[in-house]
Amino acid sequence: MTSLPERPKKRLGLVIDLDICVGCHACAVACKAWNTQSGGGTGLEDIASVPLSDQEPYGAEPSGTWLNRIHSYEISPGAGAPAQLVHFPKSCLHCDNAPCVTVCPTGASYKRVEDGIVLVNEDACMGCGLCAWACPYGARELDRAAGVMKKCTLCVDRIYDEALPEEDRVPACVRACPAGARAFGDLSDPESEASRLSAARGGMDLMPEQGTKPVNRYLPPRPRDAAAMPAEGPDLAALCQHGGAGEAGDAEPGAAGFLGWVDRALARLEGAN
Amino acid sequence: MHPAPSLIVFTVLSGLGLGMLFCIGLGFGEGHLFGWVAVPLALLITAVGGAASTLHLARPSRAWRAFSQWRSSWLSREACLMVATVAVFLFYAALWLLADMRLAFLGWLAALLAAGTVYATAMIYAQLATVPRWSLAPTRGLFLAAALLGGLIATEFAARLAGGSAVPTLWLLAALVATAIVFVAWQTAAAGANRRAAGSDMGTATGLGRLGRISAFEAPHTGSNYLLDEMAFRVGRKRAWQLRSLGAALGFGLPLLLTVLAAVMPIGTGFLLLVALVAHAAGMMALRWLFFAEAEHVQALYYGLR
Repeated sequence: MTSLPERPKKRLGLVIDLDICVGCHACAVACKAWNTQSGGGTGLEDIASVPLSDQEPYGAEPSGTWLNRIHSYEISPGAGAPAQLVHFPKSCLHCDNAPCVTVCPTGASYKRVEDGIVLVNEDACMGCGLCAWACPYGARELDRAAGVMKKCTLCVDRIYDEALPEEDRVPACVRACPAGARAFGDLSDPESEASRLSAARGGMDLMPEQGTKPVNRYLPPRPRDAAAMPAEGPDLAALCQHGGAGEAGDAEPGAAGFLGWVDRALARLEGAN
Repeated sequence: MHPAPSLIVFTVLSGLGLGMLFCIGLGFGEGHLFGWVAVPLALLITAVGGAASTLHLARPSRAWRAFSQWRSSWLSREACLMVATVAVFLFYAALWLLADMRLAFLGWLAALLAAGTVYATAMIYAQLATVPRWSLAPTRGLFLAAALLGGLIATEFAARLAGGSAVPTLWLLAALVATAIVFVAWQTAAAGANRRAAGSDMGTATGLGRLGRISAFEAPHTGSNYLLDEMAFRVGRKRAWQLRSLGAALGFGLPLLLTVLAAVMPIGTGFLLLVALVAHAAGMMALRWLFFAEAEHVQALYYGLR
């Protein structure tokens, strides 16, 4: 049902340490691999049976469905402080107040009472995409081959599987991280390792103003030591007058085909005025 | 947001058709000839719109499941209300045209359900805090006013075709002007609602805002993906002014002119109203295209895009 549970018994989630993450993408690759290959023999085929598809993986314009994506940001603190590069893994935050669940018209999206994991029943999803619109984090992607919405399952088909060695009963991303930047646990239990880590380091909510009450927490990077700055370096800023990736966003991509024709026709309309 | 043709055709045509059901249900138009023109036309427009909505689905064969979650989901409520509206209206029209019993209370019920359906459509967009241009109070008025105006024009077209008149010219002119004012009010509110209205920016999205100025250094992937295609659509925004002018001229200007002309012309008014109706629908589609194309989703902030 697409009503949210009043109070999940647990709030399983991830604590991601932005101070440690080195941006190697191993968690994303492990996630893709597990969620593409798993499902067989676990008794959970109904939850995770459809592989994550790719479109033109070896073609000119490869794209695909991923449940975990690693952004990189630059922080410019200003006033002579050193700039910082932060790698930022982003996946479903398994929100307490998940807007993606309540908008679902088919009942395919749901939040589990027992552990708070937000899942999609892939046999009921009609691929309308409204849940992806409702999610502020871009955590849901429509699989273009399967025609259903895909999202992080918190490896529900791993964490309870007693056939696996105990150390493997964590999400694939957590198991794969070579830097130990990811912790997994019950965020409703203040004594869990994940909760204690979050409390000690000031774990943050992403976009708290959206009112989603995310379960996953992000630990902020520690500020860089100003002593690490070179006393005098080349003026790199002068070399990039045209701005970095942040400003490239203002440019508009070109249109082709019918849209291109409309674009040119509207441009002529402007010329006539 | 990506302006999917299926959603544009669906929201414009189903709104127009439901507006027509609303007018007929309220008792506009008289006589069986009018009924035999107006009822099939209203149902056809609504049905074409409804059919277009299924083209948006990646798995249309599962569309029936959308009737199940009316307790929580506006999209499900829209689907349920749409079917209820058409069912009640069919019953009303059958009694009227086949048994000569035009029951006012049945018509009012159909009209109420039609208005409810359009309201549910509007709420699908107005509920999304992730798209500040949509999560505005005037968004509901935008959809309701557009549907009512389209319904009035279409009902009058059917009446003229049947040799009569259903909507006084002054009402049509008033509706055209009032709806244009609602559109301007929405546009004004939307233009002010950039993503900062909800307080979301790259700083809150990453939680890193208090450490300094944030810029995207590297995207997670080199190609495009569903998130960028669907929620960071930026094609055509630079032509927004021209397209908006075109939409206003076709959607309001031309129908206004033709309505006045039809009031003074002795013959051929059915044709004039047909042109007015087609122009209005085309103008609404241009404006609905912009409704999507200009809308920014907070998710794009993670890519440093707008």
